[in-house]
Amino acid sequence: MKGCEAIAEAAVRAGCRFFAGYPITPQNEIPEYMARRLPEVGGCFVQGESEVASVNMVYGAAQTGTRAMTSSSSCGISLKSEGISFMASARIPMVYVNVSRGGPGIGSIQPSQQDYLQATKASGNGGFRMIVLAPSTVQEAVDMTYEAFDYAHRDRNPVLILTDGVIGTMMEPVVLPPARSEEEVRELKEAHRSWAFVGHGEDEKRALILPGRWAGQENCCIENAAMYETWEKDVQVEEYQTEDAELIVTAFGISGRIARSAVRILRSQGYKIGLIRPKTVSPFPYAAFERLDYGRVKAILDVEMSIPAQFVYDVELAVKGRAPVTTCLRSGGELITREMVLGAAKELLERKGGLLR
Amino acid sequence: MNYRRTKGIREDMASGFCPGCMHGTVFKLIGEVVEELGIRDRAANVQGVGCCGLAMEYVTYDVTTSPHGRACAVATGVKRANPETIVFTYQGDGDLASIGLAESMSAANRGENITVIFINNGIYGMTGGQMAPTTLIGMKATTAPQGRIVEEHGYPMHMCEILNTLTAPVYLERTSCNTPANTRKTKAAIKKAFRNQIEGRGFSLVEIVTTCPTNWGMNPLKALEFLEEEMFREFPLGVIRDR
Amino acid sequence: MERNLLVAGFGGQGVMLFGNLLATCVCEYTDKNVTYFPSYGAEQRGGTANCYVVISDEMIGAPVVDEIEDLIVLNEPSLDRFLGRCKKGGRLFVNSSIVTKKIERDDIQALNVPVTDLALEMGNSRIQNLIMLGAYVGYTDIIPREVMLKGIEKKLGGKRPDMIPLNQKAFCKGFDIGREACVKDN
Repeated sequence: MKGCEAIAEAAVRAGCRFFAGYPITPQNEIPEYMARRLPEVGGCFVQGESEVASVNMVYGAAQTGTRAMTSSSSCGISLKSEGISFMASARIPMVYVNVSRGGPGIGSIQPSQQDYLQATKASGNGGFRMIVLAPSTVQEAVDMTYEAFDYAHRDRNPVLILTDGVIGTMMEPVVLPPARSEEEVRELKEAHRSWAFVGHGEDEKRALILPGRWAGQENCCIENAAMYETWEKDVQVEEYQTEDAELIVTAFGISGRIARSAVRILRSQGYKIGLIRPKTVSPFPYAAFERLDYGRVKAILDVEMSIPAQFVYDVELAVKGRAPVTTCLRSGGELITREMVLGAAKELLERKGGLLR
Repeated sequence: MNYRRTKGIREDMASGFCPGCMHGTVFKLIGEVVEELGIRDRAANVQGVGCCGLAMEYVTYDVTTSPHGRACAVATGVKRANPETIVFTYQGDGDLASIGLAESMSAANRGENITVIFINNGIYGMTGGQMAPTTLIGMKATTAPQGRIVEEHGYPMHMCEILNTLTAPVYLERTSCNTPANTRKTKAAIKKAFRNQIEGRGFSLVEIVTTCPTNWGMNPLKALEFLEEEMFREFPLGVIRDR
Repeated sequence: MERNLLVAGFGGQGVMLFGNLLATCVCEYTDKNVTYFPSYGAEQRGGTANCYVVISDEMIGAPVVDEIEDLIVLNEPSLDRFLGRCKKGGRLFVNSSIVTKKIERDDIQALNVPVTDLALEMGNSRIQNLIMLGAYVGYTDIIPREVMLKGIEKKLGGKRPDMIPLNQKAFCKGFDIGREACVKDN
């Protein structure tokens, strides 16, 4: 299946019954698929008049307890930041997808990873956090979308699928998760009734959805921060051939996948090289870098499709100066290739005499 | 005759609205309509950003707050996801006609089955008297210290008339709460706008032309005079569309 | 074993269908991994189109490659653009009906197939991509002929079942050309 369509189908199977979006390349197959598919399962698709309107429609729909979703790409995601911040503040669950493209500004329509800091650190005003999943294959995009709804509704918080134009447009075999039955979907919605914005009787507590308060906002920030702390258990990371590695390549999403194939080739040539690929970029798998033996690891190679590098800030935070960090970068819609990663890795391996096979 | 407060308004709270402000009256009318139509347990109010936000504590039905201007988009999401809920937005002129113009027009154009209560007092209240799209020509605002100048700011926007160019809306009326008669008319209009939604007929909007004594820099009586003489001339009351 | 190919031509020559159909058949009828990546541009019609297919026994890394093993070009601008990226020892499949210039490389194997002419001879210019796909499969033996014929029926038969025989005939026509060239080359 094509990445975007697979993401949309996974969302429907996870129980998503509302989608609002606005056209922007390269994510149009998600709203297009939803426009066809949601009516089949009793759901609703709305093409909003803008990204801003779309995210606010999702804000409304999600307040009724309905599993709801939106998607966009880079500059469109920036426009959605208003609604995302409101939902993080009012604690409304939503899953949204950034099929990212080159930037800044309108940038290019080709794939890129230039929204990393925005996605993981500041997706809107006010300093909230979200779980951010970064798939490197269409299969992972499917699995992550499916579980994203559970995270979002567990925490009543937005969850972001941070992907890119390669994963979104490429076609790859996938195994789809089971579809939740209509009864399950109804129950999931009903479970939120006590706080949901659907109307309440005189004998019930009414719903009051507050994305801000005249007083007591600090307490909300404290409560939210405590909730973010519980995410340590949700960290997902691929550690590939790291046990005896002297060079660690680190990358996420599409770059992670390309880096992995380069590591496999170099391993087969006898180089002691490994890979750390965060699957959750928020919460970031800092612990994976703690597990490295810095007596052995001589260098870290950060591979990402962003100039200047962004992911490298988290890598530096994780490595804490215990090994030098070098970057291998493309940007603006240009794709990183296996050959580039191979070249950058080999240069490090050969420069550091001790790292030779 | 005994006066009984509507079940739509809490018994135990006094309103914090300024003297002479009409928000309190409108919320009372909404409360009465909601009670009389028997929809209090299905009513859900999407509030815009502005002074109306104070009311979220005074009413007894569900309330949510939308980002500034997005009330019609939020209401669209609520109504589409949960059609049984009776959704109404409550928005000021800055909210509905300026920052939320796209959301208001597009929801109306789609014929969303929602009710919009639009409070037009020609100025930004909560932020302290800045110029609105509805500010009258010559009327002073903190961001138009010389008053609204046509060459620079253009003319006041007439939302009901603009919405009347669209095909989808079913009901558009402009009312006020300056006299008991007009207040009764406003209540009837609000009731009709809710009934349209209950009957699934589509987009209804009631524009209520009101005062803002505080930011107009007038006492309540003077503000009432200004409303009747100046505001009504620019924004004539009446039914604009009723299908 | 990993094998990659790039198909390029004018929009409307069926470039995307070539890649999509091949990848779908590999996915559904073999146990190999496959990725299909259509490069997308701003134009909806016309312009140039290209797509990558990677087929492998292992997990596939990059779905987009620098060094192209099998390059299939349906027009001249595509040849100019991608020839330099064809791997040494790689293979080039050229639509010789409209690409007339000399191939300036002697370190790759080139196969000329006049697919536009052949398609017109068969009565429908839209089957040129299937003739070229046949030639590619015939030459490389990357997937069995029968599997592709089944795939053509299943994948293309939905909208136009009446076109199935012609589509399969076009594929077979190309397949025979490819197979013959392969036997001659080896």
